[in-house]
Amino acid sequence: MAEPFLNIEHVRKSFGSTTVVQDFNLAVEPGEFVSFLGPSGCGKTTVLRMVAGFEEPSAGKIVIGGKDVTHLKPNQRNIGMVFQAYALFPNMTVGQNIGFGLRVAGRSRAEMDKRVKEMLALIRLPDLADRYPYQLSGGQQQRVALARALAPAPKLLLLDEPLSALDAKVRVSLRDEIRQIQKDLGITTVFVTHDQEEALSISDRIVVMYGGKAEQVGAPFEIYNRPATRFVASFVGTLNMLNGKVVDPKAGTVEIDGQKITLGRDLGKPVGAAVTLALRPEAAAIGGPGDLSLKGTVADVSFLGSVIRVRAAVGASRISFDRFNSPTTPPPVVGEPCDIKFSAGDVLVLGD
Amino acid sequence: MTRAFAWAGFLIGSMIFILPLLGMTEFSLSMRRGEYSFDAYASVLADPQFRATFTYSVVMALFTIVFGVLLVVPTAYWVRLRMPGLRPVVEFITLMPLVIPAIVIVFGYIRLYNTSSWLPLTGSDLGTKVLLMCGYTCLALPYMYRAVDTGLRAIDIGTLTEAAQSLGAGWTTIFGRVILPNVFVSVLSGAFLTFAIVIGEFTLAALLNQPAFGPYLQLVGANKAYEPSALAVISFGITWLCMGLIQIVARLAPKPPAQLH
Amino acid sequence: MSQVSSPARRLPTHWLGVAPFFLFAILFLILPAITIVIGAFRGPDGGFTFANIAGLNTTTIRNAYWVSIQVSFWSALLGCTIGFIMAAATVLGGLPRFIRAPLLTFSGVASNFAGLPLAFAFIATIGPAGLITVWLRTEFGINLRAATGFNLFSSTGLVATYLFFQVPLMILIITPALDALRREWREAAEILGASGFQYWRMVAFPILLPSLLGTFALLFANSFGAVATAFALAGPQLNIAPILLFSQIRGDVLGSPGLGYALAFGMIVITGISNTLYLWLRARTERWQK
Repeated sequence: MAEPFLNIEHVRKSFGSTTVVQDFNLAVEPGEFVSFLGPSGCGKTTVLRMVAGFEEPSAGKIVIGGKDVTHLKPNQRNIGMVFQAYALFPNMTVGQNIGFGLRVAGRSRAEMDKRVKEMLALIRLPDLADRYPYQLSGGQQQRVALARALAPAPKLLLLDEPLSALDAKVRVSLRDEIRQIQKDLGITTVFVTHDQEEALSISDRIVVMYGGKAEQVGAPFEIYNRPATRFVASFVGTLNMLNGKVVDPKAGTVEIDGQKITLGRDLGKPVGAAVTLALRPEAAAIGGPGDLSLKGTVADVSFLGSVIRVRAAVGASRISFDRFNSPTTPPPVVGEPCDIKFSAGDVLVLGD
Repeated sequence: MTRAFAWAGFLIGSMIFILPLLGMTEFSLSMRRGEYSFDAYASVLADPQFRATFTYSVVMALFTIVFGVLLVVPTAYWVRLRMPGLRPVVEFITLMPLVIPAIVIVFGYIRLYNTSSWLPLTGSDLGTKVLLMCGYTCLALPYMYRAVDTGLRAIDIGTLTEAAQSLGAGWTTIFGRVILPNVFVSVLSGAFLTFAIVIGEFTLAALLNQPAFGPYLQLVGANKAYEPSALAVISFGITWLCMGLIQIVARLAPKPPAQLH
Repeated sequence: MSQVSSPARRLPTHWLGVAPFFLFAILFLILPAITIVIGAFRGPDGGFTFANIAGLNTTTIRNAYWVSIQVSFWSALLGCTIGFIMAAATVLGGLPRFIRAPLLTFSGVASNFAGLPLAFAFIATIGPAGLITVWLRTEFGINLRAATGFNLFSSTGLVATYLFFQVPLMILIITPALDALRREWREAAEILGASGFQYWRMVAFPILLPSLLGTFALLFANSFGAVATAFALAGPQLNIAPILLFSQIRGDVLGSPGLGYALAFGMIVITGISNTLYLWLRARTERWQK
């Protein structure tokens, strides 16, 4: 395994008596794209700001490229950062914004111009060098902000919710663009977001944060399919929760609303204990494949365009699942009985 | 370190305000030798001239306020509602008194409205008073207009007017019952500011030979030792009172609709 | 809508709404100003002349203008600087938040505390028998006037006195501008390697420049036209333009009514130039704004 490029060791941050980040540990590989995902107030931005140097950790150590930067000022860290609200300097043109890092470093005019041109080409806005930020759209501004952050060729790129101020379409296209540029440059990147779809689509690894702690660290596939905690399960993706009672812990039989399903794995709980099962919407279907089945009634049908989301009532629980739209198959009718099929392997048994 | 510099800058800067206030207060209490007393204040308050000129200026301020409100509120309303294109022109005019010194304006008045002119305002006592009031209105115009215009911006006058019209209200009703109450708070803060400006004004009153408080202050300042300081303390108190009232009134102001962020 | 129906009937009522205001503005602001401009170029015989303007070129009048400009310039510059430092200390310097509201309220009061009472306050403080003057003399044996050459009844004294309203006016105007400086700008500059000084020179200062220039022009005009404070401090002897004009109106000290017009006209020209300069500079510095 390569030497990690960014190492965050036992970092804690308190403001007065409130601790916003506790014992945070993370090693980021060179060239890796890591996302911090969590609701607002979970401490993800604070960790990022400590890496940037805007906040000093109350305890712990931050190492970048083998150098302890814990007590260095932001302007000594050689980091690129993109902010949520663009934060372009309004008094400078696009070109001047991009060249700012080189200008304060005292580079020559020629070098600056060359680098600005390269950067403008990279973000595919070659003709906008002389515009002022107010003349640009939000998406263009954020691309300029990215170019400005990358121009001094930093070793580490920090992205603080860079997409959340943009509208949905731009968000998706810029997301892909950021990822492409990041891959091309091979720059180590930390990305903060509260949008799970964003994190899942863009990252090599995701750190799901809650209450100032890392709940789970893993690849998107792992986070989504094998959430380690109840919080991760509920925060990442939509999840159907089914409350049941253990009937046979060894065989994994659970009773839900009088119906029994067998998961075929050890639940590690005594007979009669309450258990919560979780099921992704895409894992269930009416009359679909799958070895397990629950009978219910269609409670609600929403047409979302390419998919139809069906909510079925199974006793007191509600199960949502999606079905692809097809012009030839009419959607289910509310009140109809239905047979929901799914595989035992897709059922998550949530810890406490 | 930054904080230490900030404190230092702040405290040194504050001396510009604290020392003169301390100086005038101390001096105003020093009329009796060797001990502090309110003798200077007693002397001022006992002066019939003080009461006469002060009353004159208070009355003048009240007239100026009423005249200013009647002039500014309908204009600001009408410009916002019907003639937004005129806004820059009106704003420019209201800012003129900040650029043209009062002494120059009053010089123009004296030449323009002297006894031998087409409108001999300075020829009669009432005419001169009217002229002084108009001059004061000019001085207060930038502040009054800004206050009222800000107040109008906070409410949706277009909708309010249409709503009133649809209920059959005429212009006087709309103005007196709908618009004025809604900008009342802004009008009040403009009024207090006008009061603070008019009450101690010297140049206009002196050059138009009016027995106002300003020229009286000048007279006392030239002839007495301790009384001027007492008058300065009183004036400062009046200014505080006006500004304090503006603050209190501002808290009662209707807030613009909350914006989502 | 109304344009189609009957513009001929609508238009006059439209204008009726603003007619009183414009009538007032013409009678009491614009006509007086025009009177002065015309008077400045009219000879005793009623014909056009440059004689009045040329007549300004005497030592007394030149000095009066020059001292006025200097007093206004320095009081505006110092007012801007000190006010800026105090506002920046409050907004950005990490002073406790509870200082802010009282400072702004006090500034509102102090910026309106001008004229004669202000002069009295300064006389009571640093005048010949003022609190500080006496204190320095009795406690330290320092004669303020002899030691520093400071004289309250001179143009230096005038500058010091004017600061009492110039500084708070600056604080009132610049505080919102400082509030509008976004934290992200500073952080973006820092992370790009800029020092605090570089941030101020390249980002914050250029952004604030239009407000600073505007305030400077306002403060300049503010002290350039001030009569009362100067009159109370030094009486009619102090040779500055507004006092000279005051004396001219009172008693035609210049001995020529035409010269009075020219003097007033010159004052409008100077405040006009300072404001035009401000507008021009602002247009140059504000290219980046909508």
